[in-house]
Amino acid sequence: MIHFIVHDEQDSVGVVVIDVEKGQQVAGWNMRTDDSLELTAKANIPLGHKIALTPIATGTKVIKYNVPIGNATQDIDLGDHVHTHNLKTARW
Amino acid sequence: MTSQTFQGYRRENGRVGIRNHTVILPVDDISNAACEAVAHHVAGTMALPHAYGRLQFGDDLDLFFRTLIGTGSNPNVATCIVIGIEPEWTRLVVDGIAATGKLVEGLSIERSGDFRTVEKASRVAQQFVQKASELRREECHINELYVSTKCGESDTTTGLASCPTVGNVFDRLQAIGATMSFGETSELTGAEAICASRAANPTVCAEFMKVFNSYNEFIMAQGVDLLGSQPTKGNIRGGLTTIEEKALGNLQKIGRECRFVGVLEPAEAPKGKGLWFMDTSSAAAEAVTLWAASGAVVHLFPTGQGNIIGNAIEPVIKLTGNPLTARTMAEHVDVDVSGLLQRELNLDSAGDLLWDMMLRVCNGRLTCSETLNHREFVFTKLYRSA
Repeated sequence: MIHFIVHDEQDSVGVVVIDVEKGQQVAGWNMRTDDSLELTAKANIPLGHKIALTPIATGTKVIKYNVPIGNATQDIDLGDHVHTHNLKTARW
Repeated sequence: MTSQTFQGYRRENGRVGIRNHTVILPVDDISNAACEAVAHHVAGTMALPHAYGRLQFGDDLDLFFRTLIGTGSNPNVATCIVIGIEPEWTRLVVDGIAATGKLVEGLSIERSGDFRTVEKASRVAQQFVQKASELRREECHINELYVSTKCGESDTTTGLASCPTVGNVFDRLQAIGATMSFGETSELTGAEAICASRAANPTVCAEFMKVFNSYNEFIMAQGVDLLGSQPTKGNIRGGLTTIEEKALGNLQKIGRECRFVGVLEPAEAPKGKGLWFMDTSSAAAEAVTLWAASGAVVHLFPTGQGNIIGNAIEPVIKLTGNPLTARTMAEHVDVDVSGLLQRELNLDSAGDLLWDMMLRVCNGRLTCSETLNHREFVFTKLYRSA
């Protein structure tokens, strides 16, 4: 069972591919490196939403596909749900 | 690699189509009623009603004519009847389509009225559809296909599964020497530098950046930002947070190997084989209408949350990597690649599934959107009419 997939080596977020619950041990797979990883979900995260693979400080770039997809608007913990409440585009 | 040939319709100009429509094409909004009446009388014909064609001018009028003439000229159209209110613009559209060598006839309503126009057009339509019904499919090679792609109602599964599956097929099409096109200028925001790096040479790269920057300047000149529109509410529900994230997923559709060889105006036909970037809106029905008008005969459409689009003349094959969408909207999904999320499929096996479906649709299998009567035909309007 894979709970989340990571696109690339430097990514700070992964994509949850099956609904996960707060406190659940979740298993991930990195598409690029073929590495497996495990962490604990800090929130309920639905299918398709992102999970933090590392702590991310406010104002820091969030990385997916090895490139920035926006900036953190709050401090984000390892295993947190990452979405519109704590990540914003750098474009507008 | 699966089969590389299919049974298609070779048209008078050598181009290959996968459908055999007789279309009744209105030049303007007020001729829709007559066209729909003809299609009602004559089985096997299809009216393409639309909202425009009056008092347009300049670039907007050029795009309008290019879209209308391109639609009638598409190799999926066997024969075509054009009906407009005035003779001059009707003639202009007829002559544009006639350049392909196909059977086309024009009628104008002024000084005839709807009754007489519909009767005359119906008699011609009956002959045209009977002629078209005797055309036979013949063996064609995949490198004779022109395939377009854009995604819609994207979510994070689009970037993980359905877009890279199209990318896998596009890499194969490029290797074979087919013609392909992608676009969605607005939805490359955040991935424009990566996209530019996929241009075949510095000239094409500069042309692409010119189109992209001009779009950005247009947005800035409106004094607005696109928060609330990009990403859409559906994108956000599916887990996409920012336009950059959406764009990076979107760009997976051009695969790992493809380089684009040129930049096309909206609805402009490619000037040769290979992958072409077209400057399009990201609104699905508008964009697919532009590709159909540029001559594309089959469209690959990845969706996450479940866009239900079809097109009047260009079959739209929809695929999804989202298991929830595959389950709850099965009647819209031609290819389910959600197995990629649990590694039950890899990209090559997902690409095989899509390749196989593309060939079946080229051979005549109806797509989900065709069976559901989705005949979207939506013009791109550049600015208001006079």
